[in-house]
This record gives sequence, C-alpha cells and structure tokens, in this order.
Amino acid sequence: MIELKNINKTFRVAKRNAGFKEAVRALFRKEYSYVEALKDVSFTIGDGEMVGYIGPNGAGKSSTIKIMSGIMSPDSGECVINGRVPWKQRKEHVRDIGVVFGQRSQLWWDVPVIDSFELLKDVYRVPDAQYKKNYGELVELLDIGEIVRTPVRQLSLGQRMRCEIAASLLHSPKVLFLDEPTIGLDAVSKIAVREFIKTINRENKTTVILTTHDMQDIEALTERIILIGKGRILLDGSLDELKSRNSGKKTLTIAYVGDKLPAIDRLTVTKDIGGHAEIVLDSSEISVSDAIAAISGAVEIKDVSVEGTTVDEMVVALYKEFRI
Amino acid sequence: MKQYLSFFRIRFVAGLQYRAAALAGIVTQFAWGFLSVLMYKAFYESNPDAFPMEFSQLVTYLWLQQAFLALFMPWLFEQDIFDSVVSGNVAYELCRPCDTYNMWFARNAATRLSNTVLRCMPILIVTAFLPAPFRMTLPAGWLNAALFLVSMILGFLVQVSISLIIYISAFYTVSAQGIKMLSITLTEFLSGAVIPIPFFPEAVQKVFNALPFASIQNTPFLIYVGYTGGAEAAIAVALQAVWLVVIIVAGRLLIGHAMKKVVVQGG
Repeated sequence: MIELKNINKTFRVAKRNAGFKEAVRALFRKEYSYVEALKDVSFTIGDGEMVGYIGPNGAGKSSTIKIMSGIMSPDSGECVINGRVPWKQRKEHVRDIGVVFGQRSQLWWDVPVIDSFELLKDVYRVPDAQYKKNYGELVELLDIGEIVRTPVRQLSLGQRMRCEIAASLLHSPKVLFLDEPTIGLDAVSKIAVREFIKTINRENKTTVILTTHDMQDIEALTERIILIGKGRILLDGSLDELKSRNSGKKTLTIAYVGDKLPAIDRLTVTKDIGGHAEIVLDSSEISVSDAIAAISGAVEIKDVSVEGTTVDEMVVALYKEFRI
Repeated sequence: MKQYLSFFRIRFVAGLQYRAAALAGIVTQFAWGFLSVLMYKAFYESNPDAFPMEFSQLVTYLWLQQAFLALFMPWLFEQDIFDSVVSGNVAYELCRPCDTYNMWFARNAATRLSNTVLRCMPILIVTAFLPAPFRMTLPAGWLNAALFLVSMILGFLVQVSISLIIYISAFYTVSAQGIKMLSITLTEFLSGAVIPIPFFPEAVQKVFNALPFASIQNTPFLIYVGYTGGAEAAIAVALQAVWLVVIIVAGRLLIGHAMKKVVVQGG
C-alpha cells in the first residue's frame, strides 16, 4: 500500500543570464529561483497494482520516485509505504523495494554481471535458496543466461537494461519502481522488458510503478495512469478514461482514382491532393465502415488506412487543456 | 557486516585485475625511492650531525614509504564515488539497505589494500638485499615490530577516514576537485610523506605532531626504524586510535547532515 498525501517539494536553482559580464556578476551575487517540483501531490496505490506515472520532462516524476524510494525528503506532506515513512526508515524501507533508474547503472562497470548480483545478494541478505530461485527465474525470463558472465562494460544497452532489471528483483521486493526502463531500447528489447514486467506483476503480485515517455509502454502495461505536469497531479484514472476524454476522432488516409473527392455528408476532407486525401470523421456520428462505404460509392478506392487518436496526442491535448 | 565485506571483496578483486598498473607502479616506486635515498645521502655526506636519525633508519623509512605507498597515500581516491555523487548515480547507493559511510569505507580500504598487496612484496624483498647503505633493515626490535603492525593498521584506517570526509564533501560542492587537491597537498606535507617529520624544526614538529596527519604513516614508520620506542611509541599508537575515532565520528556527522539535504542531480 502506497499513500502520498499533500507532498510538496521546492528546489533552489542557481540562475544567471548569458555572457561574461553576467558570469562575473554571479560570482558576487548569486541569484536563485525556486522551482516547485511537487505541489500538493496525493495518490494511493494498492498492493499488486501496476500504475503508469506519466508527464512531460521536468513534471516531477523522478522527484516523486526519489521521495517514494527514500532518497529524498519532501518539504511537507506525508508518504507512507507499507506502513513506513521512506526517508525516515530508509534502511528498512529499501529492503522491500526495487528501483531501476533507466538513465543510471547499478552494476559494477568492470566486473561480470554475476559479481554485481552476488554483491546485491549479500547487501540485501537474500537467503541462498531464495537467491537461487530468483536468479534462475530472472535469468530465464529476461534471457540473460549468456551474458551474466560478461563484464558490464561490454554489454549493449538492451542487454544491460535487462541485467539492471534483474538486479533490482533479486531480493523479491514488494514494490518495484521503474524510472524510464525502456529509454533508448530497440523494439525487440522493449517488448522483452514489457513482457517481463507484466509477468512479475501477475505472478509475484509485485506492485509496479512505471514512469515513461513511451506511450506504448503505458498502453501495453498499465490499466491505471497518473498524469503529472508542473508538479501537480492532473489526472488519476484508467487509460480508457483518458481515451474517452478525447472525442472519437479518426483519420482516414485514402488513395483513390480521380483527382477530386466529392463532398460527403458527415465527413470532413482535411487534405486532398489529386488521388490522395485525408478525411476526418467523428465515430459517434458515423462509423468507419459506413464512411468507407460512402467514399467507395463516390470514388474508386485504391488504398485506405484508419488511425485513431494516439495516446501521445491525448497527452498533448491534456497538457493543452491544463495549460502546461 | 557481511554486506560490507562483500563490497570489500568486489573492490579488492577488481583492484587485482590491474596487473600492468601494478608493475608500472613498482618500477616508479623503485625509481622514486632511489632518487630520494640518493638525495638524502648527499645531505648526509655534507653534514651528518644535522641528521635527526641514522642514515640506515632514513633509508628504511623511505623504502617502507614506497612499499606501502598505496596504503597511506592521500591521492588514492575512488573516482567512481565522486562521479556517482556528481552524476546522481549515488541514488542507487542510497536505495540500498546499508550504511553509505561503511560502504564507502569498505570500498576505499579494499582499493588501497589490493593495490598494496600487488606492490609491496617485490619492493620489500628486493630492497632487503640491496648493498649496505641502501638496504632496508629489519624492525628495531620485537616490541617495535608488534607496535608497528598495530600502528600501521591504525594509520591506514586514519587515512581512509580522512579520504571519506573528502568524498562526503562532494555532496556540498558541485565539483570536489578543489577540496581534493587541497586535501592531497596538505595531507602529504603534514603527514611526513614529502619530508619525514623529524627533519622539520622542533617547533614545527610540535605543531605537526598535534595534528591527525602525523598519525598516518609517520607513526608506524618511525616505530619500525626505532626512532620512537617504548612508552613514547605506545602513546603515539594510542593517539592514532583517538584520531581514528574522532575523524570517523566527524565523517558520520557530516554524511548525516548531507543526507538530509541531498538533492540527487540529473533527471
């Protein structure tokens, strides 16, 4: 159980204008500005839930993760995870959590991955039997059997990320924080990582909190999303809820014989360049199949593709709606 | 305890990998040692009365210094630790159920020890068989040998605890480079790594001996060569223990304060 109530955090940031004169001036008088990284952030996450925590760069995602993992304390507000306050009972708290910071590495650079694993086993005091079991599972699920004996410096990013995730789960944490786990990965690695996250959430009932910019991650993984922008929670609900906030606009891209589309009722032609056209429709007024039927009644269609609003566009729309 | 031993082990093993560096280090230390010995020999020949100790004692002091360089040298930092604080990678270390101070202590101690293990033996063995004025001698007696061992361990730990304070200071400054340089220069000079403390004027020696830096290499080496002995040596060893406790307590207070206001840098 994760409970955050009215969390606030402000950072002091040194600022100066460009130029040599300004740099010299800053030597004597430093100017700071205050950035409210988190404003009144509250949410509750139940055991075994999988939650996508999304927002633009600088929205406060990482700050929230840092507070929840006990490495940073908020200025005010309460945060209780499994009955403990993370930054006050840090040592006890971190034993129950696993963290992957996608942009950082926890593996030792110049020794084989397996050495880092063994070290983590001792650090978390994982009993031999449990370690063996977890290790066997993780190696199989993440397909890293071939690479654990390789020094980290010789691994590709995708290989390393799989090892990083395995490293975070050796002590069977109850809660797993994934801070941009798929950043910079190719499609194959992304899918492997997603599948794995789903599996551990389902099989081990691990609570997973995932921050990402990759909307495909969210679509593939989470039911519930929390959207944060400029330090505030903007939306806390299901992915469907987010989708329903947007009208059911669809875009049809067609190739046809001829050089101009006749006007068709309930369809808006947004682009028509002799033979190729883009048509926007609202699926609450006309279904896609009716629209295609209507168009093919007017012209001969050579090719057609249908696109709904992507989650990316929805997020952008939400940012606009909340003016962030 | 076991977790810190593991940090020690992984660092120790990693340190042993660098054999070429160790070989190069040994060669450098022989060269440096010989240059120092020859320089002091010139001083000794011009005026033996101005020398605070026997020439053979000084030679032994210098060879000990070279053999155990990695154990006591203030410039042996782990760049990893500074980098992790500057880049924010330290976030991972703070997510571990262990004490950051102890963890860094174990790591730094391991790096020093692994370096020393690789380097000390060839230097000790070869210099023991050099011709007379350049030869490294045996300890000044059984008592001195025993005290030397205790004192060397304490001196090593004092140096590690001083290094720890420099690591922790990285939390407060954007770049630890300045504090690092300052601490290296000061520690080298005040610990007798550049010129052994007995060679300084009496008044200066008093000041140096009152500082914690004299408890690093100065104490064990002077006990080994027999410059200090008996009760005086025992007091010096006790002083090392006191400094060790004081510096560790100071480091722990500092890291406790740093942790409260830590801002992990970068996304």
